[in-house]
Amino acid sequence: MTEEPTTDEQLAPRPGAEQAELAAEIRAERKRVTGGTPDDAHDVIIELDNVDVYYGDFHAVDSVTIPVREKEITAFIGPSGCGKSTVLRSINRMNDLIESARVEGRIAYHGVDLYGSGVDPVEVRRHIGMVFQKPNPFPKSIYDNIAFGPKIAGFKGDMDDLVESSLQRAALWDEVKDKLDESAFALSGGQQQRLCIARAIATSPDVLLMDEPASALDPIATLRIEDLMYELKQEYTIIIVTHNMQQAARVSDRTAFFSVDVNEGKRTGRLVEFTETAKLFTDPAEQETEDYITGRFG
Amino acid sequence: MTQQLTLEDLAGDAKRRNRERRVKVLFVAAGLVSIAVSILIILSLAGEAWSFISQVDLSSLWTVGWFPRRGLYDIPTLIIATTIIAGIGMLVAIPLGLGAAAYLAEYASPRARRWLKPTVEILAGIPSVVLGFWALTFISPEVVARIFSSAKPFTMMAAGLGVGVLITPLVATVSEDAMKAVPMSLREASYGLGADRAVTVRKVVFPAALSGIVASMILALSRAIGETMIVFMAAGAVGGALRTFNPLDPGQTMTAAIAALATGSDQVAGQGLTFQSLFFVGLLLFLITLALNSLSNRFVRKYREQY
Repeated sequence: MTEEPTTDEQLAPRPGAEQAELAAEIRAERKRVTGGTPDDAHDVIIELDNVDVYYGDFHAVDSVTIPVREKEITAFIGPSGCGKSTVLRSINRMNDLIESARVEGRIAYHGVDLYGSGVDPVEVRRHIGMVFQKPNPFPKSIYDNIAFGPKIAGFKGDMDDLVESSLQRAALWDEVKDKLDESAFALSGGQQQRLCIARAIATSPDVLLMDEPASALDPIATLRIEDLMYELKQEYTIIIVTHNMQQAARVSDRTAFFSVDVNEGKRTGRLVEFTETAKLFTDPAEQETEDYITGRFG
Repeated sequence: MTQQLTLEDLAGDAKRRNRERRVKVLFVAAGLVSIAVSILIILSLAGEAWSFISQVDLSSLWTVGWFPRRGLYDIPTLIIATTIIAGIGMLVAIPLGLGAAAYLAEYASPRARRWLKPTVEILAGIPSVVLGFWALTFISPEVVARIFSSAKPFTMMAAGLGVGVLITPLVATVSEDAMKAVPMSLREASYGLGADRAVTVRKVVFPAALSGIVASMILALSRAIGETMIVFMAAGAVGGALRTFNPLDPGQTMTAAIAALATGSDQVAGQGLTFQSLFFVGLLLFLITLALNSLSNRFVRKYREQY
């Protein structure tokens, strides 16, 4: 990509005509890359309904309701400590790893309550894959990194094919096809992150959770990850947490803006607004959202 | 206008510099003394060992058993007994120690871990003479004799099991530290791909902590080979031992042989060649332990899955 990186000012809502113009711009950009603005034709695949998250007595997130639609990119944005990562991690029950964590409310996946009795978190994570903030390849070969998930899931087919197709879908194949048995640590940070995406894809999930996947990467590597997300959207539902508002504006179809209330030193996150991305960034319904995206807060 | 800065302003306090110099000399001296002592020990070991080997009838180093009073210095007897006892110890300590480490690092709740880990560390501090007595009065009659009816009261088996109990906490704590040091992000990656705890421990945490785990085992092996009191008390054969491969026989390890000679329970203290054989065995022990330690260093450098 040769275009200038977008700055905060460019995406911040400006009064009147400019604002409408920008909304049109964002929609046009989306049309160019993804072939359309989000519509309600896509089914809701994950439904967060009044979700509260607690760590022990600490109320981390308050009453979040977000319907996530299939084959869209949904972005969670907001200031540090607003609980956006916490909510993301409760979707594939990654929070179960923290002993004191507790989720109330309902998170339904294809209509099934993910926290219902009889739901095995291990099985949930095979359907809802995750990519983390810092690239975290295993200290193994590139090949073994990809093969890890399928192997433990008892994959019986041709592993070589699966490794190749996963790397291809993550736009990494051409760069690594001659060194599959080399350590994943020999790759650059951006390549490692794409490897982690390929690794997540290899278990054929239908939802990908991405927790600030580009925050540890340089701008070029970030753009490659964003391009990749457009591609992946054809097959997967993606939920991305990002600190970077431009990134949310560039890649997502819908955006959830979280904020944080500080009460006696305790920080409780809550959802302020959830809507179509172009609308959120140009014509937010809430004053709080507007303050945040114009840089007056956070 | 600011005051002109002169050299005196930056020269500092001569007294302070002197004090610093004296402290430095003190520490260097302490370091040098410990190095000097080590070198002296090695020199005296090597010297006495050489004087033994140059005087002894070499054929007496390969006979039927270790009976230094009768001039029979069968070195294989000691090495075999040492290997058998250390081997039994490792067979006990590896599964128990690694299991405990995996439990503490991956399964235990923070609360359980908070009191279990110090408990294991306290176990590591039990004096070996206590374990030796326990091996003799409990393991031997209550465990070994019940399983193997042919077992004698003093057996290498009982001593080996005692050594196993002694080194298990060492394997457990060092391995646990290595496993705890594996970054959380690797575990998250594994869980995120739909791995359960068992798979995560086996396929991710173990390989990544391998260097530390192997180091713990080699450390434990060194300790097992160097352990004296338990074998001295429980393996029997204080006066000497026949060469045997049977763990249900009494046996004498290198360390127990040295202890027997040096304490004079063998009534040879100070007696020419017999006494000097002690240094030869000691040198052998020193070289074996040294080899194990450098082996572990090399292994750790070569095979570690770096994260």
